[in-house]
Amino acid sequence: MDGTIAPIELVNSGAEAVLRALKAQGVDVIFGYPGGAVLPIYDALFQQNEIRHILVRHEQAAVHAAEGYARSTGKVGVVLVTSGPGATNAVTGLVDALMDSIPLVCLCGQVPTHLIGNDAFQEADTTGITRPATKHNYLVKKSEDLVRIVHEAFLVARTGRPGPVLVDLPKDILITPAPYCEPASTPHRSYHPRTEPDPRRIEEAVAMLKCAERPIIYAGGGVINAGPEAARLLAEFTRLTGFPITNTLMGLGAFPASDPLFVGMLGMHGTYEANLAMHGCDVMLNIGARFDDRVTGRLNAFSPGSKKIHADIDPSNMNKTVTVDVAIVGDALATLKALITAWKKDATPSNRPALARWWEQINVWRAKDSLRYTQPREPGSVIKPQYAIEQLYKATCGRETYITTEVGQHQMWAAQYFKFEKPNHWMTSGGLGTMGYGLPAAMGVQVAHPNALVIDIAGEASILMNIQEMGTLAQYRLPAKIFILNNQYMGMVRQWQELLHGSRYSSSYSEALPDFVKLAESFHAIGLRAEKVEDLDRVIAEMIAVDKPVIADIWVDQKENVFPMIPSGAAHNEMLLGPGNRDGSGPTVTNEGMALV
Amino acid sequence: MSDTTLRSATISVLVENESGVLARVIGLFSGRGYNIDNLTVAPVERDGSKSRITLVTSGTTMVIEQIKAQLDRLVPVYKVLDLSEGPHLARELALIKVIGTGEKRAEALRLADAFRARVIDATTESFTFELTGVTDKLDAFLDLMRPLGLAEVSRTGVAAIARGVKTIS
Repeated sequence: MDGTIAPIELVNSGAEAVLRALKAQGVDVIFGYPGGAVLPIYDALFQQNEIRHILVRHEQAAVHAAEGYARSTGKVGVVLVTSGPGATNAVTGLVDALMDSIPLVCLCGQVPTHLIGNDAFQEADTTGITRPATKHNYLVKKSEDLVRIVHEAFLVARTGRPGPVLVDLPKDILITPAPYCEPASTPHRSYHPRTEPDPRRIEEAVAMLKCAERPIIYAGGGVINAGPEAARLLAEFTRLTGFPITNTLMGLGAFPASDPLFVGMLGMHGTYEANLAMHGCDVMLNIGARFDDRVTGRLNAFSPGSKKIHADIDPSNMNKTVTVDVAIVGDALATLKALITAWKKDATPSNRPALARWWEQINVWRAKDSLRYTQPREPGSVIKPQYAIEQLYKATCGRETYITTEVGQHQMWAAQYFKFEKPNHWMTSGGLGTMGYGLPAAMGVQVAHPNALVIDIAGEASILMNIQEMGTLAQYRLPAKIFILNNQYMGMVRQWQELLHGSRYSSSYSEALPDFVKLAESFHAIGLRAEKVEDLDRVIAEMIAVDKPVIADIWVDQKENVFPMIPSGAAHNEMLLGPGNRDGSGPTVTNEGMALV
Repeated sequence: MSDTTLRSATISVLVENESGVLARVIGLFSGRGYNIDNLTVAPVERDGSKSRITLVTSGTTMVIEQIKAQLDRLVPVYKVLDLSEGPHLARELALIKVIGTGEKRAEALRLADAFRARVIDATTESFTFELTGVTDKLDAFLDLMRPLGLAEVSRTGVAAIARGVKTIS
């Protein structure tokens, strides 16, 4: 207690108290689906106009939509679902947000407190089920705790390493009057994430970077999460040092892709130059990334000769998989500020001649042009998926464009060939790899940015996982575009089967596909199709021009694979390059590698 | 590259005494594949607002550092203290039922005396001993009781605290 007695105001119902708390938290939209246990909240929503409710068609989509909203705005996304199946359907989305550190608050109905544990209708042990699926969760058992818990949920979701927080709301709590209080001005009892980096670690890092002969900056989603100012400072620091920089899948847009210091994405499907620079560097500065297995490849061969500096807001990411020499715990924004100041203050000149030699080497790798592909131009030629992304990029790069993706080959091609200049414009399921993410995420982005061009780059298999959300696009007149790279295969599964399982395409062919043009039309959207190379630009132009939701079904080469590729269990310098770019045979996959995903 | 030798660690965790907090801690261990060798939990504040969990775990130094960091980021956790980093005291209590007659019964009583186990219940055919000490001492006593009619054991798990003026809060 801080000694002052706050006036306690009793609100008519818990449901109204919840909405008032949401308004105090700055919430203007929630994504949800009604049901018995949350009817009181829906009733309260009906009687007000400040918070907009977007009715989805499946609870998983509500969570992904809230993720899209959160990632494109930097705000906390809010989800409202009912008890039992409403909650269990939301679980995939919650884990997705947990893995990608996306701030969400999921309000969930629950059976009344006196029925909890009785196997009541639509009862599930939601806090039990979602405990490992959230950053934190709460079951409200007393009306006195209700508003405090809702406010606390927002605090936990957006601070520290962001993540999803679930609040389970028994129906009796929602209909009983509840006291209202403003968000606490005092610090939380036990939760105090560290955001300011230790100045000694910053000095050590700068000393190490100043002496570097072959440095690299490796920046991830933590920079995006720290806000646009962090991305601006990342660019400032990188240009100050003249070091090469690579981004993770989650970090795309944290540094402008058009800048010559950018060597592309790294990791399993990263560029040749990014991966070889990571492998051969002598000092690595990781800001806001977590040495994910898609990035490191075989751990004992990961960047073997380098000193490693790791800046991350989550202390549990330190030395988790890769042992580092300097661990800086802090927010990416605060860390970059401190690094810039310390770099300017440290009078030691950086090793410019060595850096110039390092760039010469990187440019040799760059000249390999590892993303090269050949698109035959004669009319009637089949469209290469890489070409489709490049043409989409060219047609949209002058506009405010947000890209979401599903998961698979199309996602990797989007990451490789679409160039992101700004943060918060790229939404993809990185950690969990959730097929079905892109359409609902695009919905959430479009709700947040009604006048922007929002495109879900999809595959024909992924899109069917949440295709019901076409109904939501129609209902709210959300003109999001779905750009399907249709190769009639679960392409990434097919690629692994080709490379690792003797081309035995077990259950990876997309049999019995719908007619996507007719499917779009049945959902009050526009359906377009490009079958040959000469159709592509026209379809893209038409898709962009029309102010309605569109499905563009782009028929692409069925046999195309994503290259470069670091096969499972291989190291960064054991990349498999595309056809026409190989010198000799690629790396072979070991038995150990076969067990990896 | 990294150290692969296993070590044991005794970790005290001060937590908010709320429902589900133990499940969070245990779920962390099962979900991430860490070992729990021993675990105790009880409220330690007069108003019952905080509980202390004492965990004995084993793993490489890297894993133990991970465990501590993972525990520390749980929202209801106030403090994580690795007692094995310094001098500390650890005690466990066991209630041990030995059933038998004749010479074995007499021998059980003599050994109990040597281990400073207290007799807290007795019948003509049985003794129930209370024994406090470090885990090794309890294990040694139980080994001795086994041929003498050891029938049942109830152990509390380890409670531990740092030596000297050092505290968890």
